[in-house]
Formats: sequence, C-alpha cells, structure tokens
Amino acid sequence: MTDLYDEIQEIRAHYPEDAASAVLPALRRAQEEHGWLSPDVLREVADALETTPAYCKAVASFYDQLHLTAIGEHLVEVCTNVSCAVVGAQQVVEAFESELGCRAGETTEDGKVTLRAVECLGGCGWATIVAVDHHYRTHVKADDVPAIVEELTGGD
Amino acid sequence: MATEVQQIVLAGADERDLTKLAEYEAIGGYSALAKARAMTPAEVTDELITSELRGRGGAFFPTGRKWSFVPSKEQIPKPHYLVVNADESEPGSFKDNEIISRVPHRFIEGCLITAHSIDCTNVFVYIRGEYSGPYEILVAALEELRDRADIRGDVTIVVHRGAGAYICGEETALLESLEGQRGQPRSKPPFPAISGLYASPTVVNNVETIVTVPPVIAMGGAEYAKLGVPNTRGTRVVSISGNVVNGGNYEIVPGMSVREIIYDLGGGIPDGRELKAVVPGGSSTVILTKDEIDVGYDFDSLAKLSTSMGSAGIVVLDDRCCIVQLGIRFSEFYEHESCGKCTPCREGTRWLTAILRKLEDGRASERELDLLLDVCDRINGKCLCPLGDSDAIIVASYVAKFRGEFVAHIEQGGCPFGGESSLDHVLAPIQMHSHVPEGNWLEAAHG
Repeated sequence: MTDLYDEIQEIRAHYPEDAASAVLPALRRAQEEHGWLSPDVLREVADALETTPAYCKAVASFYDQLHLTAIGEHLVEVCTNVSCAVVGAQQVVEAFESELGCRAGETTEDGKVTLRAVECLGGCGWATIVAVDHHYRTHVKADDVPAIVEELTGGD
Repeated sequence: MATEVQQIVLAGADERDLTKLAEYEAIGGYSALAKARAMTPAEVTDELITSELRGRGGAFFPTGRKWSFVPSKEQIPKPHYLVVNADESEPGSFKDNEIISRVPHRFIEGCLITAHSIDCTNVFVYIRGEYSGPYEILVAALEELRDRADIRGDVTIVVHRGAGAYICGEETALLESLEGQRGQPRSKPPFPAISGLYASPTVVNNVETIVTVPPVIAMGGAEYAKLGVPNTRGTRVVSISGNVVNGGNYEIVPGMSVREIIYDLGGGIPDGRELKAVVPGGSSTVILTKDEIDVGYDFDSLAKLSTSMGSAGIVVLDDRCCIVQLGIRFSEFYEHESCGKCTPCREGTRWLTAILRKLEDGRASERELDLLLDVCDRINGKCLCPLGDSDAIIVASYVAKFRGEFVAHIEQGGCPFGGESSLDHVLAPIQMHSHVPEGNWLEAAHG
C-alpha cells in the first residue's frame, strides 16, 4: 500500500466509521502529493476511501481550491474582491500577467506558475492580498510583483 | 460618544505571544475552563444567557439560548457535536483570521467550555481552506495540549479544512461539507440543535463567539452585559478595509458611530479623497451613504437604517467608486459562489450581473433599471439560504440610495467615471470561468 493510502486511513480515523467526512481532507492530501486531481489520483483516493472516483469528482468539482486540471508548480492567487480592488488589485493582476507572460486563469508555458484571480481571501485590511503557494503576502503593490516572480522562477 | 477600545477577545496579545501555551497560562489562561468545569453545564449556559452574548457570525442569535436548545441525551440518545464555523469568507471580514492567529489558546479554551456546557466530547473546527497560516497556528496550539489531559479532558478537537466555497459559511452547507458532500444548504427545519452533524444534536458557533466564552465565564455574564449598548453587549472585533488609512481589525465596545470607527480608528480616507459610501457589515449588508455614517455601530441603530453589523466587516469607499461597478463586482461574487441548488439564486444572481453590466456599458434603458429591481424582488425571500437574498438586497439598496448614478449611466450611454473608477475593469474570478460571450444570452432572452 502507498503512503497516501496510509495517510488517508489516518484521516478517516478522525471521523465516525460510517461517515464520508474524510473525502475533503483526503482530496487535499492527494493534491498536495500530486499537484492536481487527475483521474488516476481520484481513483487512488476513491480506493482508499472505499468509494467511487465519480463520488470524489462530484465533491471535488464543487470546491475552488481542488484542481481537476493540471496547474503549475507554483500557484499565485490575487484577491480581486472589492476591498483589494479599490486599492489596486487589478494593477497587481496585470503586473503578474506581464511578468509571467500569461493571463489570469492560465499557466506559464514552462509549467512553472499558475496565475489566478480569486474571491476574497479574508485579509481585506491588508490589501492587496496575494496567496503565493497558499501563504498570504499582504499590502502587495504592482511594484512588488517582479520580485515575487523572480522568487518563484529565479535560477532558470 | 467616546471612542472606546477595550480588549477582551484579543486581551494580552499586544504584550505577549499568546500562541504559546506558557504565555497564555501566565496571564491566567485556561482558568475560566477550570471555573466552568466546576459549574454544571446548565449553570454555564445560564451565564451565557445572562451575558447577552449574540452570535458573531452575522445572524446575531443569542448564544446561550442556542446552547439551551440542545436536547438532553435522554431525549435524543445520540452524541452531541460542537462545530465551530471558521469558514470566514464574507468580503470585508477578516477578524477570525486574526483571532485564530493571535489567541488560538483562548479560542481552544472557548471550545472546551462550550463542549462542557452542551455535554459533548467531539469538536470540529471547520476552517476555510485558504487560511493556511491560521490553520498551522491552531494545529500547533493543539499540539501543545497533547500532554495536557488536565486541559483537554475527554474532548477531541478536529480541525477540518474547507477547500474554497463561500457558501460553506452557511451553517447547513458547512455541515454538508463536513459530512463529505458538496456544500449545498439544507432546508430548515430541522435545525442543527436537533439534527445537525451526522443527524445528531449540534451547536454551530462562529470563532469570535467561541473565543468570547472564556472571558464571559471569567468575568461573569452580568459584568460582560454591562459593556456596550442594549442588544449589542460586550465587545466586537471590527474589520476595516477599503479606502481607509489604517486598515485592520479593531476590538471595540459598541456605542461608537460608524464615523468614529472610520475616522478615529481607521484614520480616515487617504490621498485627500472624499468618503462616498460604506458597506457596514460585509458585502451582504445594505450600503450606507456618506450622510448616514453618524449611525451607531450596533444592532438596533443599524436596524433603523435597514442594515446590520453582519460579520463586522466595514468596507470604506471613496468618491472614485462607481456604484454600478460595485454592484457588478459583488454580484459577480455571489454568482460565482452560488451553489446552484435553488433556482432564484442560481439564475437570479447571473441576471443581476448581466443587467448591471448592460447599464455599465451604456446598453441599457430605464426598462433595464426596472428589470433589475424586478429580478431583485424575484430572488429576495425566495431562496433556500441567505446567499441569493444578499445579492438582491444589496443591489436594490445601491439603486435606492444612488439612483441618480444609475440614471446617469443610462442618459450618458455609459459610465460617468469614464474609466477612472477605482473598480474599473477589475477581473472577477467568474470571468475566468465564463464560457458565454459577454451579455449574449441576456440579449437573446430579453432583446
């Protein structure tokens, strides 16, 4: 059995025996391992949970953070909800688009970085919020973007 | 009214690193738990009722009363659950982020006291998936309690991470999600107190509500109820954002006006701009114009203006903000986050976005303005949960309070801001997912 299988059994132990509650944490764990939820990964999770890949996909497709298509090695998410937008989030998005050479919603050609606009990240007073690989950068301005991109793609 | 700041929820966090157990215990941490455990569960609930604490997630339901609805195990022989709603996703609100990050042990202490009061040994904290930082801090704090059976007692606390869905902040959608389903709301009744998680009696409380429980027990409900104003007792952690000098969270004692919060705490409007409007309690609350901000920031005062504190997220908007664009951006949010289960919300939010877009682009006549309000009426009060209602209520409030600006879009054949609005061309996530060319379906349907 794989490590992922064992880890999913550990997750299941946190919930009542007949509950499906482990689906979300199991999908998250699998995605951390494989980057995204390919049909093969969904099958692996389903087997570990003794359910079907279709069930896992039905759940996964509801949630914005679970990816059913491949994403880049790094994920850059810019909040564009109102509190960030009124202080320049769109300029931040456009700075990333220009530095990365891809549009929001896309991945760079070399597969390094996926850029997304996302809904409120819950850091409104410290706008603009950018989540870089799931960790928040606060007070991000368009001028800060080249350094963040360098950090992610540097050394190439 | 005085500008009064008193820390209860965040007390001590400016002076010490209260993410550390030793530091929290050094200021008397977990002594309220000991005090509560020496009381009967009913006595603890009575103390909460006396405190007049109301839910901080936005619905304002009296906390002690909610706990008192949980039936005894003789009445319903099933385990009881406490589920903490840490799925904070309301645009403008970021208080729970800071509470968990700075006072995780006070939060855990609140969970343990509540568990004692409702006779439960299983606590689930449903934390939004994006909150990696707060999640790591909370898990580290729980790890510190691993060898502290004196504190943990027989209670197990599981931190369950969401995966990006605003609707999971609605309590029944949260329970569905926690049960491993798509996060779609349930119809009520039954209410969670009778049939919640795993069809068992369940209390669902917000993070700020739970973190307030230890101070209520420590100081006594009667003392707590002396703070604030009638119907809004104690303190409130208010999130300030948008066009304001000092954005951030501020713990206040209700009694202040919206103006005092924005100017005295938030430092006013930057760049020499003028205030235009204020979203008082997160995106889903009725907007206030600049002439309405002397209203008290409390439940009763705001209710007189048909709005509310909601989740206490104050979004300040200066005179560069086009109100039609504000409607578009929030409506795009609700459209994106609609779970799709009920028709008025699934279809209606999309209609609102599309009609507002026509207005903004100068393709609308008075007929569209009427249609916009008609669609609001066809959504409001007809949805399974408050998500669709919220979109309808706020858009209708923008038209009611800024009708001249909507009419100007029609008369001038486009946005009077001419590309200079602070929300101009902002990319909403739904635009990344949309497969239908802009406006086409609406024009096909409506001409």
